[in-house]
Amino acid sequence: MAAYIGRRIIGMIVVLFAVSVVTFLLMHAIPGGPFDSEKKLPPEIIDNLKEKYNLDAPLIEQYTNYIGGIVIPHIERGKITPSQQSDYLIIIDLGNQTYFKWINFGPTYKSKTRSVNDIFREQFPVSAQLGVWALLIALCIGLPLGTLAALNRNKPIDYMAMGVAITGVSVPVIVLGPILIWMFGVNLRLFPVTGWGTPANVVMPAFALGFASSALIARLTRASLLEVLSEDYIRTARAKGLGERVVITIHALKNSLIPVVTVIGPLFAALVTGTFVTETIFGIPGMGRYFVTSITNRDYPVIMGTVLLYAMLLVIANVLVDITYAWLDPRIRYT
Amino acid sequence: MAETARSTTHSKEAVPISLTETETQKSQGLWMEAFKRLRRNRMALVGLGIISVIVFCALFAEVVAPYPYDAQIRKDNNAIPAWLPTFFPTVKPKGVEGGYATVSDRYLLGADALGRDLFSRIIHGTRVSLAVALVGPLTSLLIGIILGSLAGFYGGWVDNLIMRIVDLMYAFPALLLIILMMAFFRSSFSQSEPGTLAFALNKVDSAFGGMLFIFIGIGIASWENMARLARGQTLSVKVRDFVLAAESIGMKKRAILMRHVMPNILGPLIVAETLAIPAYISTEAFLSFIGLGVNPPTPSWGSMIAVGAQGIRSFPNQAIFPALALALTMFAFNFLGDGLRDALDPRMRGVD
Repeated sequence: MAAYIGRRIIGMIVVLFAVSVVTFLLMHAIPGGPFDSEKKLPPEIIDNLKEKYNLDAPLIEQYTNYIGGIVIPHIERGKITPSQQSDYLIIIDLGNQTYFKWINFGPTYKSKTRSVNDIFREQFPVSAQLGVWALLIALCIGLPLGTLAALNRNKPIDYMAMGVAITGVSVPVIVLGPILIWMFGVNLRLFPVTGWGTPANVVMPAFALGFASSALIARLTRASLLEVLSEDYIRTARAKGLGERVVITIHALKNSLIPVVTVIGPLFAALVTGTFVTETIFGIPGMGRYFVTSITNRDYPVIMGTVLLYAMLLVIANVLVDITYAWLDPRIRYT
Repeated sequence: MAETARSTTHSKEAVPISLTETETQKSQGLWMEAFKRLRRNRMALVGLGIISVIVFCALFAEVVAPYPYDAQIRKDNNAIPAWLPTFFPTVKPKGVEGGYATVSDRYLLGADALGRDLFSRIIHGTRVSLAVALVGPLTSLLIGIILGSLAGFYGGWVDNLIMRIVDLMYAFPALLLIILMMAFFRSSFSQSEPGTLAFALNKVDSAFGGMLFIFIGIGIASWENMARLARGQTLSVKVRDFVLAAESIGMKKRAILMRHVMPNILGPLIVAETLAIPAYISTEAFLSFIGLGVNPPTPSWGSMIAVGAQGIRSFPNQAIFPALALALTMFAFNFLGDGLRDALDPRMRGVD
């Protein structure tokens, strides 16, 4: 098992390197540069800017510099300046004015005072919170819905639950968002239409984002519970005279949750990386806007940073699935 | 024996040598049976009906829509039909206290901020959504079936290489990849010299209203599931007797792959792509929503929702109606996809 996990982690690092290379090449292949603007800058200024950000260097050097800044830790003597504090994600005081500095995702070309790490620190928590709330909503709707549907198979409740589920997959955020805003924001004035920070702000966007996933969880729970209910050990439990409630809760539900538990990781990653539309519709200051504008601005470090951050989330989630599978289901062995 | 084997290679679909005439007909019967089962599925039929209407609207948009999608009457900007305030009580027509909206019954669902008929634009918007629903899956099916069957059929380093690329695709945040590629296609082809391939591509793209690159981008970013499925199917097909038979009569490997393996793995892949169609439609709508989709004035539901959402307090109809059109289309494809899957699901066989 340990060897398996080790191999997966090495695979993960290789994949992340590949992602970084592909993104790097792709974004530099897009014509235009970060300092092209409506108002033409004098060529000397552009040259100076390019020199400052080392954009004249060969691509391979730019790449190694960039990756080096993230991967290679620096141990240096001397005071920590505020700008260094914002550049490095991890700074550990080793005492004696020596500091261990690690993970520098670089500057943003569009703002002199902010680094990519600043964007991560300020905007990523917003997207992550939105993702967590959406996941909770998805679980709170999906689990009971799927369970009810399976226990009342082919009865009206089942059809109703599956109707809700198919609505979930048919109504994307860009449809649900405006409808929610119009109904509960404009008509009933229950929730604020835009903004972020108060609990009331979270309700509509989290629901809009999580509803589709609740459909997924409901379908998965239903299928899994139906399969478990037809297993021999459920018949055994009933045969030895256990009450229906005990059979369902202790024997069936617990085992039917295995596939559901395994999708939570990737689902969370998908929710967090898919908050763009929700953020745009509800005016939430998350990561989404930065990625989209960074591409049109050719703000290379921001593009790289967001792709790598999200890729890391996805890769970790995928590895976690395999490991939880092996952990939850004793029949699966990895060697 | 050799005679029989040779004859199988001439038939279009490879048949195991041992099968008799009646047994080969059974596999045809399977599709017929699936079709019968689909016909009994009421929701799938409803889906099919809605899709037929949408296809009709897309093909004959000029006839169905009362006005051209780009016809503009300035003084009618944001006009609403007289019935609208009864369903949207926040909208106040002129004449009522605090009323702001021009009432004009020229428009079935109202006009947008530029004075263009909303209904006509929704009708024309079917073209973009349907085109994505057709070309997106085809692109990813084509890439997926080629790479997946190569990986499954040849194994070894080919398999390893292709599956590592698939792993890479899984690690890429799909939407980010699409946006990056769209930006790449757009700006590199728009600055091209006349006479080059890029220039020609750009001309084709503008003939499609800027949709071509959307298809390509979405297709390229979503073939990885297809490849996995195709690989798995190939692995199970390549050990079957008819492949052995083809090998034994000295058929070339590539010919076996093309003539015997690929046709036999196509079915499940098509079902999987049908189930994925709603995702393609919503991806296009999303790209148009953030302004990376079709070029104006070509109407797309996504861009209509984006523009409408900005004025949702005053004119909710401009966002809600395109949103409903999008939802209806997605419902229809989901119903049909579910019906197809149930009809072809091997575990359902022989149940009724």
